[in-house]
Amino acid sequence: MSPDNAPLVIVGAGHAGGRAALTLREEGYCGRLVLIGDELHPPYERPPLSKGLLQGTVELAGCSLCDSARLTELGIEYLAGNPVKSLDPAQHRLQLADGRWLDYGRLLLATGGRARRLPHVPEHWANVLYLRTHDEALALRAVLRPGTRLVVVGGGFIGLEVAATARALGCSVTLLEAGSRLAGRVLPQRLSDALLALHRSHGVDVRLNVAIETVQGSLQAEAVQLVDGQVLPCDLVVVGIGMLPNTELAAAAGLEVGQGIRVDAQLRTSAPDVFAAGDVCEFRLQPEGGFQRQETWRNAETQGRHAALNLLGGELPFEVIPGFWSDQYDWSLQTVGVIFTTEPAASRIFPDGGFLLFYLDSEQRLLGACGWGPGNSVARDIKLCERLIAHPGPLSACALADASVALKQLLRS
Amino acid sequence: MTDQWIDVCAVDDIDEEDVIRFDHAQRTYAVYRSADSEFFATDGLCSHEAIHLADGLVMDHVIECPKHNGRFDYRSGKALGAPACINLKTYPVRVEAGRLLLAITV
Repeated sequence: MSPDNAPLVIVGAGHAGGRAALTLREEGYCGRLVLIGDELHPPYERPPLSKGLLQGTVELAGCSLCDSARLTELGIEYLAGNPVKSLDPAQHRLQLADGRWLDYGRLLLATGGRARRLPHVPEHWANVLYLRTHDEALALRAVLRPGTRLVVVGGGFIGLEVAATARALGCSVTLLEAGSRLAGRVLPQRLSDALLALHRSHGVDVRLNVAIETVQGSLQAEAVQLVDGQVLPCDLVVVGIGMLPNTELAAAAGLEVGQGIRVDAQLRTSAPDVFAAGDVCEFRLQPEGGFQRQETWRNAETQGRHAALNLLGGELPFEVIPGFWSDQYDWSLQTVGVIFTTEPAASRIFPDGGFLLFYLDSEQRLLGACGWGPGNSVARDIKLCERLIAHPGPLSACALADASVALKQLLRS
Repeated sequence: MTDQWIDVCAVDDIDEEDVIRFDHAQRTYAVYRSADSEFFATDGLCSHEAIHLADGLVMDHVIECPKHNGRFDYRSGKALGAPACINLKTYPVRVEAGRLLLAITV
């Protein structure tokens, strides 16, 4: 066992790991605290990477949780660019890439993920890019120029947000999606349709139900060939086909791993004194429910914070209402609670073309909602939906569908 | 440095327990009316990421940012916890002949 004064150690200095470190200090923990990351930057939030940072309106400082000076001031030992090589849970210690061993009292794994690679594309082709990290975003920003012929592979949120930013920068954009609709794995048909119409109105050549035969080129990508024989000449390919959770360290140490590092309701892994949070964490929101991972800002924020409280001896179950958003052009979608890809129980349509979709359980209580509208116009209603989910009571589908009935009124009735 | 009173809107242009955005001289403000019809004003952009607070939700004396759930007491501007950790600047307001006025220092 480790000595009593062994530090709290966080592996992974992304949003979840960074938030956990800051929370530990806010909560008054003044012992030794080590934050280990494989990127050189202080912890940052990822949503601006595909939007403001890509467009050049936001820099790293604008998405950082804090700067290096603040980490120093808080006494957080930040080991950047020195990833963890192995983990020895029985001995409560881990080994860094440079060979050093480090004891821990308690450990948080917030190792995140990496962009899934497009198969059969040589790694050295410099014009096939991925977007997960700040440095990847900067590399992409450097080549998104007016007239660039861009092929985006994947009609999920990364692909769609990159397509929108690239159009704003004057690129010509073709977006390829294997499924029959955009973001079809998570969104209902009506939102997929709205996204499709918006992207087409901004001049994106969206192709659904397409499969890639090969990416042609010699020294770099020159064209994307589809299975149906069409060839799409291009200057640049951006691949957004999901992320792979970084579970290898945990798996090699014998921790229970499914589609992510498995945790119980307190975010504890199968190894004593080891917790997990963020994109890599596979958890259950209900004791009887299935395991899930959530690759969202909100999950990184809330789980990072929650794990910190439990690292300090809290026994708090992780019970939250999930949610996410995506900004594309000057429209935004936002969700809260559990939403489905099926038809909603009620829809509220706004004159500006925006809408809210509501999902109810068998007792007419709100499970989840998603909204679509210009700017942040649906944000307020989505926040009210969050409160309706938190204080469940039967709701009238007619009232939900009626835009003249304020949701605040339903909350108070 | 003197305070200058700027006309914002008619008092009834803001619903009770609500907020509007007010832009003036390259600056943006959020102007609030509480449930008991008191008026307040803060900076218009969330201190966490530059997002207009007026798209957020007012409940009691709290404004919640539309994107990241940063929360502030709009009477004092106080940030109520992560991810919002920098307080909002507040501005004096007053009602005169049915109009709402906001003081800026020039």
